[in-house]
Amino acid sequence: MVEIVRRHKALSVNPLKASQPVGGSLATLGFDKAIPMLHGSQGCTAFAKVFFVRHFREPIPLQSTAMDQGSSVMGADDNVIEGLRTIAEKSSPRLITVLTTGLSETQGVDVKRCVREFRAKYPQYGHVAVVAVNTPDFTGCLETGYAATVTEIIAELVPEAETAGTRPGTRKRQVNVLAGSCLTPGDLEQLRALIEAFDLRPVFLPDVSDSLDGHLTDDDFSPVTVGGTPCSEILTLGEAAATLVIGASLRKAGELLRERTGVPSHHFDHLLGLAATDRLIATLADIGGRKVPERIERQRAQLQDAMVDTHFMLGFLRVAIAGDPDLLNACAHLIREMGGEVVTAVAAGQGPALERMPVEAVKIGDLEDLELMARQHRAELLIGNSHAVQSAERLGLPILRCGFPLYDVVGGYQKTFIGYAGGRQTLFDIANLVLANHHAHEVPVYRSPLSQKPASEATDYPMENPAHGAHATPAHH
Amino acid sequence: MKSSKDIAELINEPACEHNKKSKSGCAKPKPGASAGGCAFDGAQIALLPIVDVAHIVHGPIACAGSSWDNRGTRSSGPDLYRRGLTTDLTEQDIIMGRSEKRLFHSIKQAVESFNPPAVFIYNTCVPALIGDDIEAVCKAAGERFGVPVVPVDSAGFYGTKNMGNRIAGDAMVRHVVGTREPDPLPPGVAPEGIRVHDVNLIGEYNIAGEFWHVLPLLDELGLRVLCTLSGDARFREVQTMHRAEVNMMVCSKAMLNVARKLEQSFGTPWFEGSFYGITDTSQALRDFARIIGDADLAARTETLIAREEARIHAALEPWRERLKGRRVLLNTGGVKSWSVVSALQDLGMAVVATGTKKSTEEDKARIRELMGEDALMLDDVSPKRLLQVVKDYRCDILIAGGRNLYTALKARLPFLDINQEREFGYAGYQGMLELVRQLALTIESPVWEAVRAPAPWRPAPPVRDPAAKPGTRPVETVVSLGVAAHG
Repeated sequence: MVEIVRRHKALSVNPLKASQPVGGSLATLGFDKAIPMLHGSQGCTAFAKVFFVRHFREPIPLQSTAMDQGSSVMGADDNVIEGLRTIAEKSSPRLITVLTTGLSETQGVDVKRCVREFRAKYPQYGHVAVVAVNTPDFTGCLETGYAATVTEIIAELVPEAETAGTRPGTRKRQVNVLAGSCLTPGDLEQLRALIEAFDLRPVFLPDVSDSLDGHLTDDDFSPVTVGGTPCSEILTLGEAAATLVIGASLRKAGELLRERTGVPSHHFDHLLGLAATDRLIATLADIGGRKVPERIERQRAQLQDAMVDTHFMLGFLRVAIAGDPDLLNACAHLIREMGGEVVTAVAAGQGPALERMPVEAVKIGDLEDLELMARQHRAELLIGNSHAVQSAERLGLPILRCGFPLYDVVGGYQKTFIGYAGGRQTLFDIANLVLANHHAHEVPVYRSPLSQKPASEATDYPMENPAHGAHATPAHH
Repeated sequence: MKSSKDIAELINEPACEHNKKSKSGCAKPKPGASAGGCAFDGAQIALLPIVDVAHIVHGPIACAGSSWDNRGTRSSGPDLYRRGLTTDLTEQDIIMGRSEKRLFHSIKQAVESFNPPAVFIYNTCVPALIGDDIEAVCKAAGERFGVPVVPVDSAGFYGTKNMGNRIAGDAMVRHVVGTREPDPLPPGVAPEGIRVHDVNLIGEYNIAGEFWHVLPLLDELGLRVLCTLSGDARFREVQTMHRAEVNMMVCSKAMLNVARKLEQSFGTPWFEGSFYGITDTSQALRDFARIIGDADLAARTETLIAREEARIHAALEPWRERLKGRRVLLNTGGVKSWSVVSALQDLGMAVVATGTKKSTEEDKARIRELMGEDALMLDDVSPKRLLQVVKDYRCDILIAGGRNLYTALKARLPFLDINQEREFGYAGYQGMLELVRQLALTIESPVWEAVRAPAPWRPAPPVRDPAAKPGTRPVETVVSLGVAAHG
């Protein structure tokens, strides 16, 4: 039983958490010709935009209802309705999500009603899908905002099988994939390749690998997303042979989709490491009715070889991890699979994955918690986002960058962690970090006071930790 | 190039037990079936840990190019030894006879760039074959640049790595040892009321800094290490080796000639010992006291041993439980073949077989003493034979040099690297803690089960090898090794 230790201090220092609206925006950005509209003040959007721009190094379509003092006090429903009209008119989107914020939720907006009013008032934009989601930033985290948005999109846009006349398996080779927020664009590309290797056609929901993978396009500017899951595909979900649900956070969304469509679903908490990927591949072989291709067998053998080669560095390695629940859980399992120890686990917020973690306790907290606990438990490696780098520096530890945001590296969003190939590279990366920083088990330099070594060496080659020598007492007490 | 007389002299090592066997001297490498290094390799390995010297490899690129900065030996000061210096001879040098000139200029450059206390020149096959007179070049360069330039005539074809160690030792005794008197002991550094004795350690390489686990103990006892040949050594220390009261041969028969010659020329007694394992570490400390013959030292040594053993036994207790009864195949050579055995037995582990490729007759006698008369000794084992033994004897772990690492890993077998490339220090009492940690790390690793199990879409392979010898191993290991055989 995992003990989930709640926040107990007043001040959050070096926050780990990114907000629900950010998560909801991320989910929206995985659809084609889509744009999220944050219902809040302009700042809500501006910060989220900067967050994404720094992480993806891409222009990010993101709009705001721009609540001001007047509308904040007197009601901002008009902001939503007029905001939707403006976007629909100027940007010709296929999908707009209206994501609430702390401001609008505190004010007490009924955002679904606003959307209904918009529909009534502007029927000419009936072809534009509009999905309203409650994503206040005073609860949850990126992962929950993302999951809520995926759930709402299914609720709003996937028709009941009976009404739509869809039947599971009509499209024999189609597999729906509910892709959790823990998957990077690189991960999604890898997952697509694995699925296609079984002659299956994946439909991702959402698909940030098609919109935020960083590719140059013919058009120099677009006010909405370029690439991502086309809204037309959403209507085909009910005809697929199966649905894969990646991430415990999407369990509810997965159940809803199954209820709506009757398409059987397969749940995966994560896809990191050998065991998890084995389950995925076995499931795909089963759905696709195909033998596991040679190439994948080879990748599996490569991962196994990497496991054997890197277990010297990862075995007993004391790791401190911070992240949203699904990612935290995935990394923890990978470390455990390699014989390492997760000595500190800090989650940005609550999530169903936390109870399934291979640890005794998870702290819901911030990066200060990570830093203090990592120090207390003598961690040897950190796993976290770019904000955790300063903690790693103060601790003198290497860090594997993972999660949101990654702003101090280029291409962090494209890193592949999942599958045999991604797992292999991740193990190499961790092992190399350990190799480059293996001071922990290094014998400290000792200088004998009796020896004939030149006296000048003491000043020419200063020791990092002078406590280890230069006096005639025994070193181990 | 050395004359065959010189080489025969080096092969004949009266202090070595091999000499008394019918097939005397070191075994000749067998074409098509040899795996060890050459004489150059051995010479370089033996001396490279002298950290402030400029070590120049005189030869074409293959000699230094593939071997520089390749050892885990550590320095408490200068790091000149980590720089790869080679004359990198070209075809033109060799054809036109310009290699001596290039060597001379290389020495000049090294002296100007690094200002080292000495330069060592390692001769290799090609210049030996074309007849470079490196002794003459060294002499001329030494005079011209005012720095000792020491020739180490170590062409690969002279013999094995072992032979190279001897060549290195020989070069030190001939050119370096005795060229300087030890510094007087500065006042106040010695522990109060204690008479300080000077000692040498021969064949201690400070791999991964492991000698720093031992050195503080020697300091505490008032044993001044004039020089370790050659871990973390300085040139000026090697110069004074002739003044030690006792020499300890650490884990290496290879530089036995150094101890013997120092005994011949200066009457220094020597003993053989090891710092691997609790028993051996204590024994080595006792041997120092015994040979020096200082009663006070002997008493203090016993106090220190009692304290350190109690401390380390307590620290090892939780590990001992985890490692007890595990079966080990040890495949290393030389002194390590027995010194590590005792370290493992200290932990309650069962050593089922040990490699004896580079071991002397005396080493083998010690093995029998430790493991019993029917101890399985593996002389010159191929990887295939090694794995067969692992299977037949149901070993939980293979402990060997880095060369066998990937043999073990490909066979999905836990492994511990014990040779000089390793990154962890196992010497002394404290080193045992690192040793157990590394042993448990690989033996207990969950990756073995993960890589032995078949993919979920494949049927489990049948368990093979039912006729294997009965052992005390629990069943699961047998099964997993059976699976491994299919991989």
